[in-house]
Amino acid sequence: MGGIEFPKELSPDELINLYKKMLLIREFEQRITKDAGKIKSALVHTYIGEEAIAVGACAAINEDDYTTSTHRGHGHYLAKGGDLNSLMAEIYGKEDGICGGRGGSMHVADFSKHMLGANGIVGAGPPLALGVALASKMRNEGRVVLTFFGDGAANQGMLHESMNLAAVWKLPVIFILENNLYGWSSPTAKTSAIKNFSLRAAGYGMKGVSIDGNDVIEVYKTVKDAVEFARKGGGPTLIECKTYRWAGQTTMDADKYRSTEEKEEWKLKCPIEAFKTRLIRGELIDQVIIQEIKEKTVALIDESVKFTKKSPKPDPNTALDDVYKNPIEYGGN
Amino acid sequence: MEVINLSGETKSMSGSDAIRLAIEEEMERDESVFILGEDIGTYGGPFFVTKGLLEKFGAERVRETPISENAILGCAVGAAIAGMRPIAEIMFADFLTVCMEMIVNQAAKARYMYGAQISVPLTIRTPFGTGIMGAAQHSQSFESWFMHVPGLKVVCPSDPADFKGLLKTAIRDDDPVIFFENKQCYFRSGEVPLDKNFMIPFGQARKFTEGDDVTIVATGAMVQESITAATKLKEENILCEVIDPRTLVPMDKKTILESVEKTGKLLIVDEGCKTCSVSAEIAAFVAEEGFQFLKRNIIRLNTPDVPIPYSQSLEKQIIPNAKSIQDNVKKLI
Repeated sequence: MGGIEFPKELSPDELINLYKKMLLIREFEQRITKDAGKIKSALVHTYIGEEAIAVGACAAINEDDYTTSTHRGHGHYLAKGGDLNSLMAEIYGKEDGICGGRGGSMHVADFSKHMLGANGIVGAGPPLALGVALASKMRNEGRVVLTFFGDGAANQGMLHESMNLAAVWKLPVIFILENNLYGWSSPTAKTSAIKNFSLRAAGYGMKGVSIDGNDVIEVYKTVKDAVEFARKGGGPTLIECKTYRWAGQTTMDADKYRSTEEKEEWKLKCPIEAFKTRLIRGELIDQVIIQEIKEKTVALIDESVKFTKKSPKPDPNTALDDVYKNPIEYGGN
Repeated sequence: MEVINLSGETKSMSGSDAIRLAIEEEMERDESVFILGEDIGTYGGPFFVTKGLLEKFGAERVRETPISENAILGCAVGAAIAGMRPIAEIMFADFLTVCMEMIVNQAAKARYMYGAQISVPLTIRTPFGTGIMGAAQHSQSFESWFMHVPGLKVVCPSDPADFKGLLKTAIRDDDPVIFFENKQCYFRSGEVPLDKNFMIPFGQARKFTEGDDVTIVATGAMVQESITAATKLKEENILCEVIDPRTLVPMDKKTILESVEKTGKLLIVDEGCKTCSVSAEIAAFVAEEGFQFLKRNIIRLNTPDVPIPYSQSLEKQIIPNAKSIQDNVKKLI
């Protein structure tokens, strides 16, 4: 493959799929950024610039393995195979949204794909991952859980509790720390005294590694090793993926706290462009295929917009439904 | 209103023994039921509720945890989402404050915000109330806090038979249930049905005494105090109806309103601090839906809004008891 090394177990189609997935996430989020005025929610967070992490990590697990996500969850959702049309419809608050318009951007979840949901509380995914991993362990299912969280969540007490318990019970959890260098407007240098969060793993008695989160193959290989270790009963691993959030905290954030130079510098390290170049050099794709992939991706997103436009708003009379599975009478007028 | 059928085989046992029996029967019946919490194994928990369960069911299903309440409940919520039926013990209700996140933002919300894709069949057990010289951080009564969170069911029994019947219902329920166990009620004995399918439905109050003069609604340890007061008042020919709602969400408004319709007088006795308490909610719905029945103002007898003091002379001063209940009933006559 033109001197470029790829993991042997990945077929050319699988490698190209990594590119397609990353591009789908990018194009999807560029579209919702463009449509932010129509979406109206003040709390839509994009994953642009970080796509290699979700895509590389999810390529290393099986369909019946689990993932937990963050408030910045569209990428995790799509990488795990979540349905595109119902994602778009959910963000627009439509009835055919994956959560019926009850969750929105910060709560997108496709449980049929074992994607256990974006989560609006920073650091709340890892404790939930423990329980899913425990269930898998108690039932001898051999399933693992990838729990994605950010550098902000790294300083939540819940994460400390979770990493300790996962280690002491040897739970099959892979802690994937997406260090995008900012918690909203706060640079990590202001909020953490260390540069490499993987150092913390030693304190829990687990393996920790810091990698280039913009290199989809490096993410894939690192997660794959951790998954194999977890499946064998070895317990959890902490993987810090260094990356950068291209856009503001939300689609409504003017993002004046970061310099243009810094942002431009990171855009030169675009995970999608970098992988595209490798695929071209490896002679797996050419300009014709690239153009075709781009057109197909845009068509998929156009289709999801059409689907969303056709979908009705949720029936206001259903606002009180589904609070409980075994319903009770509860307060209301 | 459900009447407990004691015609089958029964046995006299303490409240804590009744709780243990319910857990034991449900763990025997259903492999997905397991318990987790601090010191619940070899030691058997601070009130010895789980004593002997480790020996019987083993360390996989009786899981002793680190002192990490968010990890305990994260584990329980995650396992419930994955199809298990965990019973998490929080050692003292006061410690619920350190894991409010997992209860309020995760367990209670997951079903609704994820569009009914999942349910969370989780039981959280926790001891509450005064009487062991526990002082300000081991004596509190937080039931009303959780009544304010849609998605939770809140159970608060006062009698051994009710402990067994309601805990079994909680474990088999498909929604998150928070099961408050009053410390005084652990030690009091009563007849408990040995039928393994003995279950008490949620939303059914229990009437302990009958009377036409005054309705007394009480919870937890205040039920026994109210029964003692009613027995004394009977000697003076004042007949009180003592009602224990048993479940606070759902609340059996019907039984309470019917009693108030009969007596026209309502005293509510509650060990929680007065402002925004269980008694506040009961007084509010009676005023809203049963105002026409009331011949007197409603009286709420609560612990005043003060931290629980250590010394018995101070504690006894602030907690309602049979004497203060009698005095307040007389104010209504």
